[in-house]
Amino acid sequence: MKQLTAFLLFVAFSGYAQTITGTVVDQMSSEPIPGATVLVKNSSNGTNADFDGNFMLSNIQPNSILIVSSIGYKTSEVNIKNNTTLTITLEEDIESLSEVVVVGYGTQTKKEITGAVSVVTSETIEAIKPTRIEQALQGQVAGVNITSSSGAPGAGLDIRIRGISTNGNNAPLILVDGNVISELSVINPNDVASVSVLKDASAGIYGTRSANGVILITTKTGRRATPLEFEYNGYVGMQSTTRKIPTLNATEYALLVNEAYAAAGDDLPYPNAHNLGQGTDWQDALFQWAPITSNDLSVRGGGEKSKYSGGISYFTQDGIIGGPKASFKRLNGRLNYNLEVFDFLDIKASMLYSGTERQTLPENAIGSLLYNAGNMPPTLPLYDANGNPSRAIGLPIEVVNPLAQDKASLNETLSDRISGVFGIKLTPFENFTAQANYQWNYTEVLGRYFGPIVDFGEEGISDKIFDNLEQRTFSNPLDIYRDYTFDAYLNYEEIFLEDHTLKLTLGTSVYSAYAEGYGSTGVGMPEITNIDQADVNDANQIIPRFINVSNRFNEERLLSYFGRVQYDYDGKYILSGVIRRDSSSKFGPSNKTAFFPSGSFGWILSEENFLEDSGFFDFVKIRGSWGVLGNDRINSFLYQPLLDGEGVYVFDNQLAYGVAQGAPANPEVKWEEQETFDIGVDLRFWEDTVSLTADYYQRKTKDLLLRVETSGILGVSAPGSGLPIANAGTIQNKGFELELGYEKQFSDNFRLDINYNFSTIENEVLEVNNSVGDVPGGTFGIGNLVGPAQMRAGFPMGYFYGFKTDGIFQNQAEVDAHPSQIGLGANASPGDFRFMDVNQDGEIDQDDRMYLGKPIPDITMGLNLSFDYKNFDFQSYFFASLGFETVRNYDRGHPLTNKTTLVLNRWTGPGTSNTSPRLTTAATTNNLFSDFYVEDGSFLRAQNMQLGYTIDPKHTSFEKVRVYMSVNNAFTLTKYQGYDPTTSTGSPLGGGFDQGFYPNPRTFIMGLNVKF
Amino acid sequence: MKFKNNTLRFLFLACVLFSCNDDFVEIESTNVSSENYFNNEEEYQLALIGAYDLLQSTYLNVMLGEIASDNTLAGGENATDVPGIQQVDDMIHTTFNSQLRDIFNWMFAGVNRANYILEFQDKTDFEGRTNIIAQTRFLRAYYYFELIKWFGDVPLVVDQRFGFGDQFAVDRTPVAEIYAQIELDLQYAAENLPITQPIAGQVTQGAAKSLLGKILLFQEKFSEAATVLDEVITSGTYDLVVDYSTLFENDNENNIESVFEVQYTDLEGAGFGCLQCSEGNVAVGFQGVRGYKGPLFESGFSFNVPTQETWDAFEEEDLRRDYAILNIDKFAEENQDYNNNSGVSYGTGYEHTGYFNRKYIPRKGDANIGDQNLTNPNNYRSIRFADVLLMAAEAHNRKSNANDTKAQEYLNRVLVRAFGDDSRNVSLTGAALTEKIWDERRIELVGEGHRFFDLVRTGQADQYIDGFQVNKHELFPIPQIEIELTGNRWSQNPGY
Repeated sequence: MKQLTAFLLFVAFSGYAQTITGTVVDQMSSEPIPGATVLVKNSSNGTNADFDGNFMLSNIQPNSILIVSSIGYKTSEVNIKNNTTLTITLEEDIESLSEVVVVGYGTQTKKEITGAVSVVTSETIEAIKPTRIEQALQGQVAGVNITSSSGAPGAGLDIRIRGISTNGNNAPLILVDGNVISELSVINPNDVASVSVLKDASAGIYGTRSANGVILITTKTGRRATPLEFEYNGYVGMQSTTRKIPTLNATEYALLVNEAYAAAGDDLPYPNAHNLGQGTDWQDALFQWAPITSNDLSVRGGGEKSKYSGGISYFTQDGIIGGPKASFKRLNGRLNYNLEVFDFLDIKASMLYSGTERQTLPENAIGSLLYNAGNMPPTLPLYDANGNPSRAIGLPIEVVNPLAQDKASLNETLSDRISGVFGIKLTPFENFTAQANYQWNYTEVLGRYFGPIVDFGEEGISDKIFDNLEQRTFSNPLDIYRDYTFDAYLNYEEIFLEDHTLKLTLGTSVYSAYAEGYGSTGVGMPEITNIDQADVNDANQIIPRFINVSNRFNEERLLSYFGRVQYDYDGKYILSGVIRRDSSSKFGPSNKTAFFPSGSFGWILSEENFLEDSGFFDFVKIRGSWGVLGNDRINSFLYQPLLDGEGVYVFDNQLAYGVAQGAPANPEVKWEEQETFDIGVDLRFWEDTVSLTADYYQRKTKDLLLRVETSGILGVSAPGSGLPIANAGTIQNKGFELELGYEKQFSDNFRLDINYNFSTIENEVLEVNNSVGDVPGGTFGIGNLVGPAQMRAGFPMGYFYGFKTDGIFQNQAEVDAHPSQIGLGANASPGDFRFMDVNQDGEIDQDDRMYLGKPIPDITMGLNLSFDYKNFDFQSYFFASLGFETVRNYDRGHPLTNKTTLVLNRWTGPGTSNTSPRLTTAATTNNLFSDFYVEDGSFLRAQNMQLGYTIDPKHTSFEKVRVYMSVNNAFTLTKYQGYDPTTSTGSPLGGGFDQGFYPNPRTFIMGLNVKF
Repeated sequence: MKFKNNTLRFLFLACVLFSCNDDFVEIESTNVSSENYFNNEEEYQLALIGAYDLLQSTYLNVMLGEIASDNTLAGGENATDVPGIQQVDDMIHTTFNSQLRDIFNWMFAGVNRANYILEFQDKTDFEGRTNIIAQTRFLRAYYYFELIKWFGDVPLVVDQRFGFGDQFAVDRTPVAEIYAQIELDLQYAAENLPITQPIAGQVTQGAAKSLLGKILLFQEKFSEAATVLDEVITSGTYDLVVDYSTLFENDNENNIESVFEVQYTDLEGAGFGCLQCSEGNVAVGFQGVRGYKGPLFESGFSFNVPTQETWDAFEEEDLRRDYAILNIDKFAEENQDYNNNSGVSYGTGYEHTGYFNRKYIPRKGDANIGDQNLTNPNNYRSIRFADVLLMAAEAHNRKSNANDTKAQEYLNRVLVRAFGDDSRNVSLTGAALTEKIWDERRIELVGEGHRFFDLVRTGQADQYIDGFQVNKHELFPIPQIEIELTGNRWSQNPGY
């Protein structure tokens, strides 16, 4: 009946066609919205607003409906009734359902998406002030976990989407405006418009490289028909450490050294221990306040048929350890240009440049600066009488004065990265588009490492592993990486029989990459004071980097064909299917090619009659996906036996360079396959103020590509050889994810926005199909057993594997009553750990090791809270990881090294302690890897707190001026005793061993945003 | 029928796109395939260098072998400095021992590299090929002899490599069969190698015959051993260096007494992560005097320290004593005037005895490129002519129709050099002479890694080595992990 009325009305008013004019403005600011699209519903009549938001449409029937849209605003439908001049207001929209999301060789609206996709917008990024774009994802997206391998300036971050699915490379595929990028330092975070994270099989269209998920970064582009607009963002800040580890003071240290010596019947090294006072605080000496600055200018705009944007930024950061010796400088440049050449032809071109300069100090290793700060005796002064860093005499060979290390550090790594994209888009016939993109990346990484003459221990003696008394060396490895991707695809879209929408995509993708190394090592260099002075030609002798092995250390190619079908019935039922055929150069002739299918569905319940009028739900969608993805991320040519080993001997007193085989080849190696399943729901309710997304997923990776531990009879431990690769395992990740958002504009003066996300991960290795059933990894202490981290069926990936303590032996009778521990290398005495006889064979040996914890958190969550009040804005971001362990491995455990205050609770006689062992210089097994060293790493971190003030535009000549203050890494709640529970080497096996991770600094920032 | 029309257009455009061929992913590495090699002499020579490479990793066999014996203690920095070494010293080593696993793996790596050449030995003919094959067969014999000395029965593979997957199908070959193959290899090498090689460091006929003599002696084939060792002695190619004090200095490498020497250099090192990658002698830095400052030497990690008993085994007048063993207190006293009277200083490590293995400790003046302590250039005198004389003496003395005169003659040559005159010459016979030869072997060859295996082969180890259990410690355990990695099919050595 309704329809009939509408028809009659239509007929009644037809014939009164007229011309209308209007202005599109922002609801809040009443500023015009240039370039907004104005369409007449159910017709092909439409136009774009001009620079001033004005538009004109002719031949319009009264009571026509105008559909007005613009990126960043909610689309509005306006009945013009009988008006001929209109002012149309659009409401700004951060998370609208009509928002276009790039999903791979095409775009979809949020409403249409049937995969598990999360989006982080530029607002969030601007608020967090990340030094790298990865930080903007930390705690923002359910199922995405970001860990830093170091808090040092310029250090990379590891992104893990939905757990660890392979024991090789777990990094997701990252595309910036469609261009594959391997190193995210090329991106200036301020250039980013949005980040989409594809977490499930919907990533499948990207094929082989997407098995760990896909991150799509869209940079800010201009808009057509907008005036040139400038934006400046800048901040300066100071950084400091969040924590120092409590260690012994000089008196405590000396007394405990004496105790250890006395226990073994040796003379006391510090007979006058009580007079030593506090002594030196090495951590105080090492940590410093360090500056950080960022300046960035971007421009954007658009002409009638073109849009463009560009930016340049410069970022500097000094280290909280080492200051300029651990510094990072980055220069970024970016240009984007789109042009509609003809109605049927668009072209785009973009270019990214990033130049970095980084200096580093040894970190997270035995003998690194922070490790030494914790282990240097407090009885030693920082400097000797001559003002030189004091010498670390009589200590283990790795323990040296960290100030001397800082002084001796002369190195830099310079990188230049250029990426470019050129693309054309053709619309040859109605309903078709054809696109082709050519992308390339070129990277040069030049290392400049100087080895000065250094003597950290006793003078004139090479008693430290870092000592170099003879010849200065300098090496200058230059690595050049190039890759090229060519994509071509065809989209077809047709609506037929009114309600049926069909979209087809067919395409191909070709990828080729290679890497080459150059450089040499110069021996016998002259002395320098600054790394810039080093020139290898000054050396007495120059040794090339590659001799009898190729300097092309990588070459790989991929060829893929893909097809996608999407079908949508009445905006309610959406089905999508993808098939890919991938061929990789990494595998032998019979295993190069494989097919990978995926599919998904969506059902928008809120379009159904039974929910449409509920009044409570604004949007309800149920979706599911399933797919198989391939992974080929292993080194090239592992299926071929090659002479890429090291065969060097000495004849006639000269080095003779021969040839040798590398790692044994496995001709059978094939694609690793990941089967993923996801079911989820998207809801919006309470008048669109609350959004909720929930997902359950399961990912199973089989035929895992593993470097399998292999019998030594194959020669795998020869120089330049290694373990062969094989498809030898299965890993499963399961989890639940929830994203909850609340946003409301309470009044003109007050807006509140809360986002919370929560995810669980259950990681389990289902199968390790090598002959020993496990893959060992990680290292603990010195001279410990192989494999303190393990990959083994029935346990999480990289779980900690060691001895389980059962208290401390209080007396000899207890020692005698317990199975012998001699199999571990020393007989137990009272005060030593009692290790559990796990296999109950009556003796304690290596086979009594067991599960002690895992590095993968059970639960991660993030909370973002922001509100605007009048001209003030406030944001805060928290994230937490719960239910994982980290290994305390920064204590050398030597009688003469300093110790953490934990040792104050040690065993000193029967009944004194049942947790912390005695001190002695005698051989004990207390330093073996046991649960004593495993700590709960769970933490909650306040990552960012920021307060901004926007100056009323009336008072300035600028469009927008905002000043803000912010604290990054404000505080962390954790029981973990090390510097930073958020750090991990990122390695699936052995990532959680803390040997003195460079902590993430706390940063105080003052900044300015200006638009003009 | 617009829809159908469009479908056809779509398919047409798709075909245009799909012109790339699967050949695109067929690429070749710029490294040479190991299966298409050996096309000319140079390629054989380069592969031969690769086969020699693993000789350098035998530094561990020498050092650990010495520590296992009664000559020395483990030493190091403290009681847990390299637990695998400490445990071998105390005869409490288990089936989990990183150093033993290294020896097992590194020697098999050497076997595999030799077999790689031998697998393709007939591929290309050229003048001098026999020389290369003969050197290669010597190297295979050398590596296998190390394996059976340490581990007893191990898998034997001849003229082919173990490929991926083969490890699940091989069993431990009885030592006797391996000895037979070693004999074949060494006989071939002895017959086909020149008396001298143009390049210092390459295997010679004398080296092959001496190693053959040694493995015959180990099998107690005394008569055959005597014959082949006599050939080396009478060849006139080798002689004792007159002044024992110069024998182990770096400017006296590849001297007339050196029958076979493992070559090292100070020009390219490695880190602790890949000790087998160093081109230097890693044992030398390990054995240096801890915290040493003074003339002639550089410091090291104070492992492998001789005992008081070993020092006392030398007579006071023995010219070898002070050059075989560094008595650091005595040396310090003699060099009080060093460096404007600042003299000699040194630290004390774990199990400090005051004695060091002077033959193989770091010398001043080395470039030590890479790591100072891991890149010492001291060549290991693997087979010395003095060793040949003593082996020959033992063979003549212990063969069924003993020739003690010959045995005395050879032994006395060693003694004359040791004391500078014939004052200590012996005229002992029979078992007394055997004892004397064995004692002299210990003294002459102290610090060179022979003692433990001599004690085992002569059945005396339990008399001299604390903690040595008969029917167990004659062999070291096959690393447990290696048994697992070959499918748990191998039995462990007795007692472990």
